[in-house]
This record gives sequence, C-alpha cells and structure tokens, in this order.
Amino acid sequence: MKYKVILFKIFVHLAAFLPLANAYYLAFTDQLGADPVEAIIHFTGIGAFNLLLLSLMITPLSKRFKISILLKVRRLVGLYSFTYAFLHLTNFLVFEVQFDWSLFLSEILERPYITIGMAGLLILLTLAITSISLLRKKMAKNWQKLHNWVYLAAVLIGIHFYWSVKSEIIEPSIYLFITFILLAFRFKKLNKWIKKD
Amino acid sequence: MLIQSPEKSVLKEHQVTDESVYLKRRQLIKQMGFFGAGTLLSSTIANTTNAQGLDFFSSAPEKTFQRYPLTFTADGTNNTEVLTPEAKVTSHNNFYEFGIGKSDPVNNAQNFNIKPWQLTISGECDKPYTLDLDDLTKSFALEERIYRLRCVEAWSMVIPWVGFELSKLLKKAQPNSRAKYIAFETLHDPAQMPGQASRRMGGGIDYPYVEGLRIDEAMNPLTLMSVGLYGKTLPAQNGAPIRLVVPWKYGFKSIKSIVAIKFVEHPPASTWNILAPNEYGFYANVNPEVDHPRWSQASERRLTSGGLFARNRIDTLPFNGYGEQVAGLYKNLDLRKNF
Repeated sequence: MKYKVILFKIFVHLAAFLPLANAYYLAFTDQLGADPVEAIIHFTGIGAFNLLLLSLMITPLSKRFKISILLKVRRLVGLYSFTYAFLHLTNFLVFEVQFDWSLFLSEILERPYITIGMAGLLILLTLAITSISLLRKKMAKNWQKLHNWVYLAAVLIGIHFYWSVKSEIIEPSIYLFITFILLAFRFKKLNKWIKKD
Repeated sequence: MLIQSPEKSVLKEHQVTDESVYLKRRQLIKQMGFFGAGTLLSSTIANTTNAQGLDFFSSAPEKTFQRYPLTFTADGTNNTEVLTPEAKVTSHNNFYEFGIGKSDPVNNAQNFNIKPWQLTISGECDKPYTLDLDDLTKSFALEERIYRLRCVEAWSMVIPWVGFELSKLLKKAQPNSRAKYIAFETLHDPAQMPGQASRRMGGGIDYPYVEGLRIDEAMNPLTLMSVGLYGKTLPAQNGAPIRLVVPWKYGFKSIKSIVAIKFVEHPPASTWNILAPNEYGFYANVNPEVDHPRWSQASERRLTSGGLFARNRIDTLPFNGYGEQVAGLYKNLDLRKNF
C-alpha cells in the first residue's frame, strides 16, 4: 500500500509539474504562440482552477467508489493548485505589467475581477501555509473550519474567470456549474457551518 | 557524398521545421494543459478544435490557404519601428468567426473558400457597384502601408499591409449628400465559418460582424482597405480577401472579410458596441486616458520577438500615434464620452 501511495504521488507530481516546466520552456524561447505572455498567464490560470476542482472532486469520488488512495494526494493536488495560481499572479507582475508596481497595484485594487481573483489567491495561500502537518495538529478543530474556506475560493475563482472574458462566457459558465455541483456534495456540511456562525 | 547545395537546403529545412514545430508545440502545450488537470472537462477539450487527446503523431498534412504575391509601391510612412514577424501576425488573430482562441483562426481558416467573392458598394450614392475577387487587387493601385495595430486587449503589432485608400473606393461610387456614415459587413457563411455556426465557437456574437465609420473618418488618407500583408495577399485568418485597417482605432474596428460597404445617413451598428456598450464605443479611438472598464489602456505590450523576458511594455499614444493626421476629426467631441 505504501509503495502504491508513493508511486501515485510521483505520478501526480509528474502530471502537474511537467506541463508547467514545458510551458515555461516554450514561453521563454518564444515558441508558445505569438504572445507567450498571454499564453502563460492563461495556462497557469486555467491550470490552477482545473487543479482546484480536481482537489475538490477527490473526497466525493473516494467516498462514492471507496478509493482511499485518492485521499493521500488531496493535499498535493491542492498545493499544486496554489502553485499554479501563485505563478499566474507572478506572470502578471513580471511579464504582463513588467514590474510597473503602481500599475500592478492599481489593477488589483481597481479592477473588480482581478480583486476577486486576488482574494481567491490569498485564501489559497492561507490554506497552503496551514497545510503543514505540524500546524494542522496544532490547529486541531479550527483547521477544518479554516479549510472550509476553499469552497469560497473556488466560487471567487469561478467568478474571476467568468468576469475576465470578453464575450465567450460558455466555458467559464461550465466551470462555475461544475464548481456548484462540487459544492452541492457539501451541502449538509456547508449548511451546518453557516447556521453555526 | 553530400551533393546538396548547403545554402538552399539550410534555408528550406529551417523554414519547414520552424513552422511545423511552431504549430505542433502550440498544440502540444494545449494538450499538456489538459493532461495536467483538465481531462475532467471534455467540453474544454472540444473547445480547442485541434487538440485530439495526446495524439502527437497525427501527420495529416494541413492544407494551407493560398496566398499570392502582389505588386505595390513601397511604404512611404518612414517607419522606424520593428515589424512584428509574419509568423506572429498570421497566427495571433481575433477573428471569432473561426473560433475565440488567438490561434483558432490560423487552425480553422485554412480551407476558407473565397471564390467567388463579391464586395458590393451601395446605399446613399449615385453609382453603386460590385467588385469581384480579381477586382479587389486590380481596380486600384496598391501600396504598402506600415501601421501600428493596437488591440483593445492592450497588445499591439507593427504590420506591413498592402492595399489602397478606402476613399478611392468610396469616391468611385459618388456618394450623395445623405451619405454621413459608412456601414461595413463581414461575410455570413456558417458552413465555412464555425464560429457563426455555433455560439460556443463564436463567443456568443450575433453574426454577421458589422462595423461603421463616419464618412470623414472613412475618407481620411490613413484609412486603408487591405488586400495583403508582407507582400502577399491576405491569409484567411487575417481577413481575406479584403479588410479594413483604421490604424488610430482599436483593432476591432478593422473589420475582416468584407462583403458589403454601404453609405448610410445614420450611425450604423457595430458588433462590439452592441455586445457591451459600456466597454466598446462607436468611435473606439486609441486613447490612453480612457481605460477599458476592466483594464488600463495607458500602456500596451508590443508583440515582436523574444519570449517571456521581452521587455515589450510601452506607453500607448493618443490616436495610436496618428494624432497629427486625425485629431482634427474630433476637435469638437468629448472623447471621454465618445470613447
């Protein structure tokens, strides 16, 4: 079992990391389409959302089909989602606005769709930091409470995507739809959580 | 025993490899993206028409849209700016009729059939007429114009167009006194244009794509009807066989694959304005002072060459740097309101 878990983790690492390395290699060498900046921003953005939805799919899937090994990579997939999202923002700063800090800050604060995306990223950052086992133990019950914020992050990121496009809303609509399906699996939990507060 | 002429073979091989690698890698990266995470969304995969799973070995030779060399007088605009490479000009297009991704047009438009083509010039004029495909390149003397193209999405290119002034085409029809505006229309042919056949492919736009200019804007010597770029007829993805180029306005004004030009009395509709009137105005003059509601228009990224580290962000100029020639057209107009 342990051996299997390690193999599975290696697979997840490769599946998440290799496409990223490949995309950056192509973008650095100007082979990623005519505008590598736009391409790498879109690649990391949509990659982060894909991975986040994938991580939210793990629990319902492992429950339904009793595949416990899936749970072993849930944190890993979540951390990769954060990594992609962090690179998404870094790409925007380094390659899109090219260290024009005032433009960078004003775009984040004045453009609601970017503000919302930023809020989503800050949630992911908090979750990534507190995903360390030591902190998890220390936080005890509060850990789960904090990590429920991932559902809000998913919704924010869905809105960020929907709002960012010019007119082609079908793809972001599908993403939002999937997000809400995944939230529906947590209906009881979310309901309880909201009523408590 | 190598008897090949090295010079020739080097050049040929370089060109061929370059292009196919270029195309394949783009495809590859798309697929890798899905491999990384997106296999969960089959709809997304369908969205990129060329991505068929992880099929790196599909060797079906793609047909390319035929382009022919043109005869024209050289550019007289004293351009000193670095041109955007032809490969980029022809592979980074917003032409939603062929798909919403930047590389969808180059991938989906290669079988575009422009024979027969008819461009009708009609409306408020004394001598309406029609141009056939051959007439488009033969009726008016062709000249090269190197223009900056500023997309509303805040990227820009420098492109050597080949064409003729729109005013020549308009004057031939002898517009009457009611001709205050010009309305343009793109071909509507869902059988050839997948974006017109499906709302998903076409970004939810109501086709045909329409655009308009005030007649004084249309008559300005900068306003070009382009039939080619980089010395040859237009590629399908750039708006073959004939398109408008209005260099001081955002790119979406420069309507592609035009079939109808009409003199009209009242302001004509324009596609992006219909879609989002708060984001895209009728005038759409390049203006660093007036932001798009969702992003700044104060600067832009100039696409030439170099990868991610190309320091290509430059200030956007009023009227895209053509103020000297066109600012007078708008002297009594509040450009904040009439964006």
